[in-house]
Amino acid sequence: MSEFFAMGGYAAYVWPAYGIAFLAIFILIAGSLIAHGRAKRALAQFEGRKG
Amino acid sequence: MLDLANPHKFTQFARRAEPFAFIVAALLIVSGLYLALFAAPADYQQGEAARIMYVHVPAAWMALFVYAVMAALSALALIFRFPLADVAAKACAGIGLVFTAVCLATGSLWGRPMWGTWWEWDARLTSVLVLFFLYLGYIALWRAIEEPAKAARAAAILAIVGAINVPIIHFSVEWWSTLHQGASVFRLAGPAIDSAMLWPIFALALGFMALFFGLLSLRMRTELIERRLRHLRLQKARAKP
Repeated sequence: MSEFFAMGGYAAYVWPAYGIAFLAIFILIAGSLIAHGRAKRALAQFEGRKG
Repeated sequence: MLDLANPHKFTQFARRAEPFAFIVAALLIVSGLYLALFAAPADYQQGEAARIMYVHVPAAWMALFVYAVMAALSALALIFRFPLADVAAKACAGIGLVFTAVCLATGSLWGRPMWGTWWEWDARLTSVLVLFFLYLGYIALWRAIEEPAKAARAAAILAIVGAINVPIIHFSVEWWSTLHQGASVFRLAGPAIDSAMLWPIFALALGFMALFFGLLSLRMRTELIERRLRHLRLQKARAKP
């Protein structure tokens, strides 16, 4: 198992590469969902105030 | 297909299609990661460092693919005034920006142990950095111009002019001398790498592709809600005496 994490001596490059890639993708997904929720709430609030 | 150009029908369809895109993306990305980290062999020259390829190459393909889609949608919006095309193009930009950033970051982390440098101002690396700034400029234009119709025009022109960079990136490794290796998958003679290394690339690339379509749809729905809200606010402001 420790051999797997050592990545043949390249652990300092391989794991940050995977980490950065999937962190960035996670932030992209979370950001898209948060923006969607915010837009939906803003519209609901506007329509509620009007009606 | 033309039915989907109607915002209401698009939203109805998108709401049902999105979960499938996200499920397919999750399955492909998880199996791609398994293939990349466990099943694929180490490279005979680069050892385990070559595993960076499995995220770097799919991210690079997506960076280019998303830009090509964004430029094509911009042309549809600008020339044919195709409804929803500007909404879709705008929704592409943030996704393409993230894939380009991932491509640059993983490339840098791969370059350090293999080339001995984090960065080199050569043709491939520089043209991808230009792609990154094209995405940033496109997003900045949308933010800088208040009126959506005007913003869409300006952004579309930037996206279409910037499309010249896409073939430049692809052929940069042939036209100029560069540290970056040439194409080893999409080439006339067929792929030059072993299938055990191709599968993880394809699984992750298709997973990213499914994720792109799911996010594109979600972000388009967000934009449609924001435009509706903007429209309603303007209407209300005009109604006031």
